[in-house]
Amino acid sequence: MTEDLRNAIARRAARLLPDGAYVNLGIGLPTLVANYIPPDREIIFHSENGLLGLGPAPDESNFDPEMINAGKTPVTLLKGGAIFHHNDAFLMIRGGHLDYALLGAFQVSSRGDLANWATLGDNKAPAVGGAMDLAAGAREVWALMEHVTRTGAPRILDTCTYPLTAAGVVTRIFTDLATITINDGLIVEEMADGVTFDYLQSVTGAPLRVR
Amino acid sequence: MINKIVPTLDAAIDGIEDGATVLVGGFGEIGTPNLLLGALLRRGTRNLTIVTNNAGIGDAGIAALLREGAVRKIVCSYPRSAGSIWFEEVYARGELELELVPQGTLSERIRAGGAGVGGFYVRTGVGTALAEGKETREIDGQTYLLEQPIHADVAFIRAHSADRWGNLVYHASARNFGPVMAPAGRLTIAEVARVVPLGDLNPEHIVTPGIFVDRVWSENHD
Repeated sequence: MTEDLRNAIARRAARLLPDGAYVNLGIGLPTLVANYIPPDREIIFHSENGLLGLGPAPDESNFDPEMINAGKTPVTLLKGGAIFHHNDAFLMIRGGHLDYALLGAFQVSSRGDLANWATLGDNKAPAVGGAMDLAAGAREVWALMEHVTRTGAPRILDTCTYPLTAAGVVTRIFTDLATITINDGLIVEEMADGVTFDYLQSVTGAPLRVR
Repeated sequence: MINKIVPTLDAAIDGIEDGATVLVGGFGEIGTPNLLLGALLRRGTRNLTIVTNNAGIGDAGIAALLREGAVRKIVCSYPRSAGSIWFEEVYARGELELELVPQGTLSERIRAGGAGVGGFYVRTGVGTALAEGKETREIDGQTYLLEQPIHADVAFIRAHSADRWGNLVYHASARNFGPVMAPAGRLTIAEVARVVPLGDLNPEHIVTPGIFVDRVWSENHD
């Protein structure tokens, strides 16, 4: 997926975050969302390693080697930002205090099942991090992903074939082709320029409908 | 007079035996007590169980203990990171037991160990491969998993400043697991950047009260 398409996904998700929301951005594609928050909105970003109020990347004047985000990348805190320990960071996640978790995904099912922590058939050690806590705990979980795999296979399916992160949690999917809401099945909210419904259905592994 | 400040790294890790379960603070390399870990490696302590978030990066700290075969088991949430070469090699050789725990559950299990809580129920992991073998229970119409506390022989944490009573303050996101792990070690050792006179830390700002800390080693000695 090109950088332009990744940014387009992030821009569409950013537009739908309401003013005042507390949001956790997963590693990878979701982190781009921070670049596209409309200027009339204050969004408070949370990081699992104990930060609220994440700001932009530092420059030489405000770089602190011990101030990092979940992806272990240097960050800054905005005015009003807060630092707390790991247990409080996950209390916020598990206790339903976060309005949104925006997560990358390998697969999402039409029931909102999320698979984003392990694939099948490689012998590497598994790694889960905070994915299961975020998926189970945030009030809303949005999945940001490429619509199909590198070989063209659908990632949106009736049933996930990869190991689940959590069942029935995803409420919206943002891909390079469309924005889809999950509410008793898959409802197409928006399609990218040049994408037709028939084409979208042909690369989606579960029935779509329009609102 | 109470003085938890120890003069040397060897004194800081004195008494840690082969086979110990060691909590290690840090998230990535931030807040990781690599000087204490290095001392443990030099002393040749073996057969360790390490409880930590990541599994070491590069050649220092946990990565060095893994490289030298000093670790029998690792309990963590995210062992594979860019640069976690020693974990990957030792794991691929089948020489390391891995217990993978969701990050928030890991933190809460450590908290429970230090808090005298015998277990707790969470929704994290329900219906996933990590729920296998765990007791489930319906509470208010939702399914929860029973999770067990983690008890440890030793906790290694890193903080910014300490006083001789063992009160600690942290810096930026290096706080992470430190305040959670400090109560959970039967022996808790803090590696700090500096020691300040008793009374210099504002009681309103102390994050880890000294009751949880047994020894303090400062990398900057006057």
